[in-house]
Amino acid sequence: MSETRVGQERFVAPIEETPLRAIDAVNVDEVPENQWKEAWKRLRTSFLFWFAVLILAVIAAMIFFPSLFTDVPANTTPKLENSFGPASDGHPFGFTRQGEDVWANAVYGARASVAVGVLTTIFTTILGMVTGAIAGFYGGITDSLISRFSDIFFSIPLLLACIVVISVLNNTFPDRGFWGSVFVVVMALALFAWPQITRQMRGAVLEIKNLEFVDAATAIGASKMKNLRRHIVPNALAPVIVTATISLGVFIVAEASLSFLGLGLPQGVASWGNDLSDAQLQVRSGQHLNVMYVPAATLAITVLGFILLGEAVREALDPKARKK
Amino acid sequence: MNDSAPLLKVDNLSVGFRAGKEILTAVDEANLTIYPGQTIAIVGESGSGKSTLAHAVIGLLPGTGKVTGGSIQFEGKDISHAGKGEILALRGSSIGLVPQDPMSNLNPLWRVGSQIKEALVANGVATGAAADKRVVELLEEAGLPDAERRARQYPHEFSGGMRQRALIAMGLAARPKLLIADEPTSALDVTVQKQILDHLDKLTDDLGVAVMLITHDLGLAAERADHLVVMYRGRVVESGPARAILQNPEHPYTKRLVSKAPSLASQRLSSIKARAEVREQAVQTAAEIAAEVAHSSTEFGEGKADILQVDDLTKVFSLRGKKPWEKIPFTAVDSVSFKLKRGTTTAIVGESGSGKSTVARMVLDLLPPSSGRVLFDGHDLRELKTKQERLRLRRQMQPVFQNPYASLDPLYSIYKSIEEPLRTHDVGTGKQRETRVRELLDRVALPTTVMSRYPGELSGGQRQRVAIARALALEPEVVICDEAVSALDVLVQAQILELLNDLQAELGLSYLFITHDLAVVRQIADNVLVMQDGKVVEAAPVSEVFDNPREDYTRKLLDAIPGASIELGK
Repeated sequence: MSETRVGQERFVAPIEETPLRAIDAVNVDEVPENQWKEAWKRLRTSFLFWFAVLILAVIAAMIFFPSLFTDVPANTTPKLENSFGPASDGHPFGFTRQGEDVWANAVYGARASVAVGVLTTIFTTILGMVTGAIAGFYGGITDSLISRFSDIFFSIPLLLACIVVISVLNNTFPDRGFWGSVFVVVMALALFAWPQITRQMRGAVLEIKNLEFVDAATAIGASKMKNLRRHIVPNALAPVIVTATISLGVFIVAEASLSFLGLGLPQGVASWGNDLSDAQLQVRSGQHLNVMYVPAATLAITVLGFILLGEAVREALDPKARKK
Repeated sequence: MNDSAPLLKVDNLSVGFRAGKEILTAVDEANLTIYPGQTIAIVGESGSGKSTLAHAVIGLLPGTGKVTGGSIQFEGKDISHAGKGEILALRGSSIGLVPQDPMSNLNPLWRVGSQIKEALVANGVATGAAADKRVVELLEEAGLPDAERRARQYPHEFSGGMRQRALIAMGLAARPKLLIADEPTSALDVTVQKQILDHLDKLTDDLGVAVMLITHDLGLAAERADHLVVMYRGRVVESGPARAILQNPEHPYTKRLVSKAPSLASQRLSSIKARAEVREQAVQTAAEIAAEVAHSSTEFGEGKADILQVDDLTKVFSLRGKKPWEKIPFTAVDSVSFKLKRGTTTAIVGESGSGKSTVARMVLDLLPPSSGRVLFDGHDLRELKTKQERLRLRRQMQPVFQNPYASLDPLYSIYKSIEEPLRTHDVGTGKQRETRVRELLDRVALPTTVMSRYPGELSGGQRQRVAIARALALEPEVVICDEAVSALDVLVQAQILELLNDLQAELGLSYLFITHDLAVVRQIADNVLVMQDGKVVEAAPVSEVFDNPREDYTRKLLDAIPGASIELGK
């Protein structure tokens, strides 16, 4: 086909209009950013994130400076004459059957509930990350053992298992004080909740250990452990952080459920679960529902705060949302 | 013949993508014309807008993309702003598409036959049993043997080439007048690529289908199409008859492509001469280093002329059999032997599954061989007992890997990545290391401003240069490049090859260069090992392999270099 057809004549764009660039030149004016800096930039502009931070800041203030929220001192001996007393100055939501201030109870309850959530998350994350990293990195028999072992724990319903463990511990150590009681609940929850993080960590490590930068580090002379510590674990962190943040809320709910059943924190320890447990009778009678609404609301808002935070972090770290 | 009306006429077409409030122009006033039955090619590097242009024609722009100006006329009708219904009517029946990646473009849960049948039913070509029969015919037509059985199989039972044939069958199912082939073979082995393209050529000729071939490879484009459209940064910079453009490129970008693209450049005498000069200088520098090594007691090695010697290297993997306790031995590398002379490059060429990368990993001591040995300057790698000795070996031999997106830790700044080998080996103080990193960046022609950047912010070619800088940090004598330029655009490929050549001449490096692409071999290598199914089928100096190949397989690989048959101007 030697003839040229209409519309297919030789065409050369004017060179002034289509200047050549150097091949593969570096764009000098960009500001450097890595995954974490970039995620922070994204978080900074996220409404979800700041909303969650606001909720959690209020809860944190409740824990560390309860006097900002209520004038009733901690561990006030309740007066029975206040039983179901109406809202009054300094007591915005009235009193419980025992004559305790409903609002003060909720404020002081924050400490135990959040402590259980945070500590359980720390323990499960550490346990899950270590087991998951070892399983994923070493593979073979080690992997099979850890994976099957975690499968067994994964298959046991969390609350049911905790009920058993806590009842046993309750009988063994009857008087434990605040931190002792919190510790028992944390241990019981952590014992059965780590496999989720293990699975996630194992998956991430399996993927990353086959990437070329790990081979490159080996070829440089880095030892296996160095490689795991410096390259593999840091790159596997993002999904684990997201799961951990979201499960924090789940643990707070689990603690409340256990306490509600009378198995979590003992009656002497102020917690939202205990407050709700006390409010059971009111649900039936339909009167003085404040006793239930207030701890239920603080619990729900706190859990919402952590779940929203997890969601915001997930969005910020999502590789699909990142620039290429 | 000149009076026939154009099938497709793209007139001053602009396409923009919305990014926040701005509109980024991806295609800027592009023009092109296709006549019925004609094959044209759009050539450009990644980001040139070639795929966007094609997607605009078939109405497949993503949600943020929009035609911002100009028109697309198909059989005289403007379809640039056509509604959904109109575009749907055109797709498949009038304009077919063969997508780029055969691995991800078939639904893994559906039988291949059902997916082609879907195309027939959707376009109202046939239904029921008639459609089933047609599916088999189409697969046969696309060159799949035993089509009836194949139609009932799932995509995972197909190889890459077979999947691409199935996609071609699908694209042509409703007998469109225009077939858009978007890099249809870039994910395939070279010999398979040639087969598929030959078949596509024949098929579209027989059926009288016009083809719009999209490719980054000018050689391939010129071989397959009579009319070329060269795109650069969203603009059509040159278009016209293929031969005229190749022999007499006028736009500086086209000139650059013609002179640099490895598939074309490898034919030139000048590149052979340049390589000889590099070798001469490198061998001389390497000999000086060897003399030093031989007399020094601290340096690892004995200063032998063959810096690497590989004897009967074999790797047998055991694959899982049908039953859980069954193990099937699979010989990935079958007694491979070669020697690498100081200051020279040996290329290992082969297609996927040939075992070439496994050889590289064994030479790098990342994978233990099943039998055979690797001698580095007289020392058997497997006999290095102390950690000290092994670390000293690591300093002498460094890799550059294929995937520029995976070979740097995304959480490490460029500075930290290049410094890592120095820190691992406790070289110098912090200050001295920084000076060294600056030196290395300068060596690979990157500005020192990239030090604080992260890999995600650099292009593939730039990352590959960082990887080279990291490999050079410990002043190795041998660099092993595993498909180091395969993932890059042709011009960037040429640039990295030049860089590797310069470094070799300056530092007296010896390279083991693993590649699937014979086209780049002539520019960088002195000796070639052709591997097939784990065995070395031919081993000879480069010039001999190119001018006088002894094995059929080597000849096949040479034939598959696109554009090899095209005469170039000067």
